[in-house]
Amino acid sequence: MYLRHGAFSYLPQLTDDEIAAQIRYVLLNNWPVSVEYTDDPHPRNVYWEMWGLPLFDLDEPDGVLREINECRATYPQHYVRVQAYDARLGRQTTALSFLVQRPAHEPGFRLDRVEAEGRVQRYSMHSYATQAPAGERYGR
Amino acid sequence: MAQEHNGSEPQRWDPGVHSYASMGYYAPDYEPKATDVLAMFRITPQPGVDPIEAAAAVAGESSTATWTVVWTDRLTAHSHYQAKAYRVDPVPGRPGEYFAYIAYDLDLFEEGSIANLTSSIIGNVFGFKPLLALRLEDMRIPVAYVKTFQGPAHGIVMERELLGKYGRPLLGATIKPKLGLSARNYGRVVYEGCRGGLDFTKDDENINSQPFMRWRDRFLYCMEGVNKAVADTGELKGHYLNVTAATVEDMYERAEFAKELGSVIVMIDLTVGYSAMQSMANWARRNSVLLHLHRAGHGTYTRQKTHGVSFRVIAKWCRLIGVDHLHAGTIVGKLEGDPATTKGFYDTLRLDHVPTNPANGIYFDQDWASLPGVMPVASGGIHAGQMHQLVDLLGEDTILQFGGGTIGHPMGIAAGAEANRVALEATIKARNEGRDLIKEGPDILRRAAAINRPLEVALTTWGEVTFDYASTDAPDAVPTPSR
Repeated sequence: MYLRHGAFSYLPQLTDDEIAAQIRYVLLNNWPVSVEYTDDPHPRNVYWEMWGLPLFDLDEPDGVLREINECRATYPQHYVRVQAYDARLGRQTTALSFLVQRPAHEPGFRLDRVEAEGRVQRYSMHSYATQAPAGERYGR
Repeated sequence: MAQEHNGSEPQRWDPGVHSYASMGYYAPDYEPKATDVLAMFRITPQPGVDPIEAAAAVAGESSTATWTVVWTDRLTAHSHYQAKAYRVDPVPGRPGEYFAYIAYDLDLFEEGSIANLTSSIIGNVFGFKPLLALRLEDMRIPVAYVKTFQGPAHGIVMERELLGKYGRPLLGATIKPKLGLSARNYGRVVYEGCRGGLDFTKDDENINSQPFMRWRDRFLYCMEGVNKAVADTGELKGHYLNVTAATVEDMYERAEFAKELGSVIVMIDLTVGYSAMQSMANWARRNSVLLHLHRAGHGTYTRQKTHGVSFRVIAKWCRLIGVDHLHAGTIVGKLEGDPATTKGFYDTLRLDHVPTNPANGIYFDQDWASLPGVMPVASGGIHAGQMHQLVDLLGEDTILQFGGGTIGHPMGIAAGAEANRVALEATIKARNEGRDLIKEGPDILRRAAAINRPLEVALTTWGEVTFDYASTDAPDAVPTPSR
């Protein structure tokens, strides 16, 4: 399977130049940027691990790209995403989120069903990768 | 109107019929209070009827007045309860039509009740004989009144956070044909659309519980389709399960079942009425289920310029009522939608402070006092080839729904969904890179299509389709903005 996550997961993986262009847009909006990673891509896993604190007050994308590259080097088989945050009153939420790395092999999710009465099915999703402990899920 | 307001007047409390203006319903020196509900009507008086008297009559008939003097008014602080027409302007370029501004004291309305507000403001007055036509163009809801309403059950920000989708419009499709599919076949369309890349699929307004597909069967098959697609993609998705039914009790039953099945969203139609909408908005907040509203029926009273209620007013009421989604027009699609007027609707639904802008049909400043925004839905005759125009005109906080433009794709439903998603993401990416969507949009889409066959086929099939008709509902701006 191919995980669909973030704003650009139906486009070819962004190159570093394309990532820099998106970060330039984010910085022009005065949005702080953060880098997050995980090896548990369940869609209800909200809290990916933070690669350090959000980066405030940057003018150029280079610093963010450096952090992305360090995160990718440390976790070459994790999902890594870039998040932009809009702190304005009335927003105070993520403004843009997109993947900058995915594991080479993505086993995907199993849909589990439990029969209930009246033909009701109780659904839950099971990530094949999370059968292994954290850190050992997608190889190294 | 038996007497002119400028003739020799009887004393205020003499029995009989007086002009509305002379009874205090016209007050040109009145300064509206910050807590007043303000309304702006387009009035077309019958030939020979003085526009000021007509405006006063609208103020009177939408507040305390009846056709004759009643002594029981003297048992009240009547001038407090009287609505006051405080300004009357001729409409530029529309002889015989007038914009009348009317102020209503907050005491006239029950807290948190759209049913009560509308029974006054659009109650008897729209059938009033001395008027040829009457249209409620806009309202200013004072913050004091806004704060008595729940507002959107979740709102734009909470919806994005619960779905985990940021920085782009959401994508949807209405299942077609809208009537006749069996529940099992219907769920197939849901599955194909969602697995292809849609965030939502949608019941149409008239899918409730008919002989060919009963509601419970539909809910079961749709949720099978949604959950399979979530597992296929790793992305949260939903199907707007329409719970519109004959009674509110039936709607609660259907909504409870949707919740039990894990649906993130349910849907109602505007035809259920304001009180039922408010009940469902409260239910949606209590149960953590998003609430989609289809504006079925609104065209009967919103579309004609001289009579009815502007959709911008309906949009305000719906935000107070508390829906999370509302159809608000596409501009470029098959349904009515003047660009300026439609932008006014979107501002009304999304902004926290909406400034007066007569060019967009906004005649009052509106403060929402942090009431969450409603996600506007663009639906009706749109296709992937218009993506750059849609993003440019409607922005990011919107749901773009391609029904025929998904399901009619020659390679199948999932391919249709993928084409739209690729077009959307390519457009957002290019916009963020600083490219000019209007100039370069077609080129951006062509380049994306060069490496994505479904989009290439979509552009070949629909690329040239447009719906270019004159709008019936364009604003007539008054040169001087209102206070």
